[in-house]
Amino acid sequence: MAGDGGRGDLAAELRGITKRYGDLVANDAVDLDLASGEVHALLGENGAGKTTLMRVLYGLTRPDAGAIVVDGKPVTIGSPRDAIGAGVGMVTQHFSLVQPMTVTENVILGRTAGARLDLAAARRAVEAAAERFGIAVRPDAVVADLSVGEQQRVEIVKALARDCRVLILDEPTAVLVPQEVDALFETLRRLVAEGLSVVFISHKLHEVRTISTRVSVMRHGRMVGTVPGHTDERELARMMVGRPTFGVDRQEPLWHDGEARLQVRGLSARGNHGLAALHEIDLDVHAGEIVGVAGVSGNGQTELAEVLGGMRQATAGSVTVDGVELANRGPQEVMRAGVGRIPEDRHASLVLDLPVSLNLILEHIDDFAPGGRLDRSAIEAHAQDLIERYRIKARPGDRVATLSGGNIQKVLLARVLSRDPRVVVVSQPTRGLDVGASEYVRTELLERRAEGAAILLMSEDLDELVGLSDRIVVLYEGRIVGRLDPDEADPERLGLLMAGRGGAAVSAGLPIGVSAGASGGTSP
Amino acid sequence: MTLEARRMAESRLGRAGLLALGAVVTILAVTGTAFIIAGANPLEAYHAYFVQPLTREFTLLEVLNKATPILFTGTAVAIAFRAGYWNIGVEGQLLMGAIAAAGIGQVVEGWSPLVVLPLMILAGALAGAAWALVPALLRVRLGIDEVVTTLLLNPVALLVVQGLLHGPWKDPETGFPESPRIAAAAEFPQLSEFIPLIGRSRLHLGFVLAIVLIVVAWYVLARTATGLRVRAVGLSPHGARFAGIRVERTLLRVALISGAIAGIAGVSEVAGIQFRLTEGVSPGFGYTGVVVAMLGGLTMPGVLLAGLLLGDLSVGASSAVRSLQIPSQVGDVVQGTLLLVVVGAVAVYRWRTTREDDRPADEGEPDHDEPPDRPEGRAPVESPPA
Repeated sequence: MAGDGGRGDLAAELRGITKRYGDLVANDAVDLDLASGEVHALLGENGAGKTTLMRVLYGLTRPDAGAIVVDGKPVTIGSPRDAIGAGVGMVTQHFSLVQPMTVTENVILGRTAGARLDLAAARRAVEAAAERFGIAVRPDAVVADLSVGEQQRVEIVKALARDCRVLILDEPTAVLVPQEVDALFETLRRLVAEGLSVVFISHKLHEVRTISTRVSVMRHGRMVGTVPGHTDERELARMMVGRPTFGVDRQEPLWHDGEARLQVRGLSARGNHGLAALHEIDLDVHAGEIVGVAGVSGNGQTELAEVLGGMRQATAGSVTVDGVELANRGPQEVMRAGVGRIPEDRHASLVLDLPVSLNLILEHIDDFAPGGRLDRSAIEAHAQDLIERYRIKARPGDRVATLSGGNIQKVLLARVLSRDPRVVVVSQPTRGLDVGASEYVRTELLERRAEGAAILLMSEDLDELVGLSDRIVVLYEGRIVGRLDPDEADPERLGLLMAGRGGAAVSAGLPIGVSAGASGGTSP
Repeated sequence: MTLEARRMAESRLGRAGLLALGAVVTILAVTGTAFIIAGANPLEAYHAYFVQPLTREFTLLEVLNKATPILFTGTAVAIAFRAGYWNIGVEGQLLMGAIAAAGIGQVVEGWSPLVVLPLMILAGALAGAAWALVPALLRVRLGIDEVVTTLLLNPVALLVVQGLLHGPWKDPETGFPESPRIAAAAEFPQLSEFIPLIGRSRLHLGFVLAIVLIVVAWYVLARTATGLRVRAVGLSPHGARFAGIRVERTLLRVALISGAIAGIAGVSEVAGIQFRLTEGVSPGFGYTGVVVAMLGGLTMPGVLLAGLLLGDLSVGASSAVRSLQIPSQVGDVVQGTLLLVVVGAVAVYRWRTTREDDRPADEGEPDHDEPPDRPEGRAPVESPPA
């Protein structure tokens, strides 16, 4: 790949972009050059300002200061319509597709001129765009029937069909399994070969190094610098976090064979749409053990966590903690049995408009209300204590809604872990958190493990899962399709299991190569 | 961080102040126009509507009297709304309480008031709660929207009242659709009988009951475990359920208590003002209760203030009919304007302070950036493009 191809031929320039939210400076006089024919990675931690910068370019956010130049011409972008007009397209993390409509209908949506709808022509345009860029989409498929990977391709085709010259992808790989990532990268290479400019927002170093021509690193709203795509991983990490990253140290096994503390047998449950989401799950978690549950989102992890947390009915099977049956018992009995729950939807699991202090007692109000009357000084003292112990940046009286994502998660952690749960069911504990907060959360979980809690960890962050777990199970379409030790859990093997190709992987013997076209983990 | 937070709060405070100023200007403009159209000098009209009633003892007591039913209904609505139970059926629940009071009042001739009054209040509360029960059960058991069911039961309650008044309870002497006058023992004592400082007025026991109820409701909501559960359920049903709070049970209880308070409002009107059941026993007190609750921001001090304000307005509007020849309906215009502008301003304030562009894109709400749900039963992996 011509790494330097098109230098000097700028597709877009951002000059001095500044965006403030109150006193928070999300973008502080940020400059960015996009060359034609390059994949330009925008790297940074959560909250570094990457997405804000790109929302400015796509007209979703209005900057307080700064200028945008596209194709050498200064432009004013006040809305996505302006951006599209200037040749900028964006695929946001939330797809903006109309689910019941077909791919073709989605692609032409908002671009229909006049009263007549020429669907046949639109269909041909979709096919042409798809063929030209090698993107496999079916024009007549209904979007709701497509996988997330396919939907993402529809979004890309949608942008391309509007003749965009600059395509922004906001964390496109977050929802993809490794094999889908390879396919996406193949597409991106075709796009830049055609002279397009791609902005690839990510915080995953290996992906950035695999695909990018150049990398711009942001930190705390500032542009740290732009370096070639093959820059050393440690160097990128240093630019991103200001220090080299370090993983969580693996720890020696603490548990011994014997009766598991949390036992799940033959557990089945339905999902929100009434379809079976869990099929006869068997699972053991011992005291002092972390069992990780891997899987692409939507394969039953959410339902499993909800059933274990008393928030969803099981249709069959049993859940026991130290022999006490808990299936279909409701949150109160589940908590009374010593189960602590840290759910993936932390916002919905707290009462955001109540203060921190009251959220911290919500699971056991009666302990703070002798005779039914709230003991306000005890509640305040309890909050002060937990705020200190869990280093929550908040005052007891602050509404939870005003806290940052990391501190909201700490409120949940404090509420749950301070009660010394014997079992912890935790989902996506570090999603959306920055490196510091993530490390903190992981350390807390390991500490609970050391103190003998049985922990079931659901996470889409495979590094986290492999780093923390004593054993890993893989969920696919509501079934456990693999059980492995962390040492065996290399990305390929996990990826195949998560993709439902466990059988093939096992019979072929491991490790096996991923499908043709895979590019491995290093830069070209 | 704290500095940031403080400055943010200050800018929000400034924003709130601006918004409040805008609201006042809007209210003055709209109501002033209404007064001018009605042929009155707006300044005189404001004085007559809001100030004059407070300047003389008799009218001041009448303000409290007018506030009494809407303090009950405002409380009933506010506690239900606080739990996220949208009880619009306070009007009908009030009528049921009125029926219970009139029914008991007719058969207790010669009893002691010390027995009759508690009995009537209890019966009215039960009747109001009973009328609230079916919609509440439909909501918590079957998920049927209570806004519709509670609202639709209001005219039904009025039909029950009319059925009684045109049938078995028709006044045998006059033939009017009014129940016979209740026994003396069933009449709420007037406060002037007990408190020498209070001059002659219709103000009765019901006002004291309403104030006591508001204080109790405030205490329970703000200071007790039960109140915390109610608030949590109202603010976030999912969060409350997750924390082990029994959401359905809480909703059911709040609905019944709301209905009970509404029922007591009906008792208060029959036993304190009308002394009989009439078709016009409630000129929409249940709906005005919604206005009071909303104006009061669903807080108990707010309900108290809003109830008194509307009582003031009601007395002022009826005296302005005589003194300034302003049609009494202009009072409704003022009340409606107050409600719309205040509720609108609150909504705008919330929207201005929480709309999407007000928070950083990739920091504010990380959890809302979840990938969209993968369709059920689909293979997540496609073969790479050829």
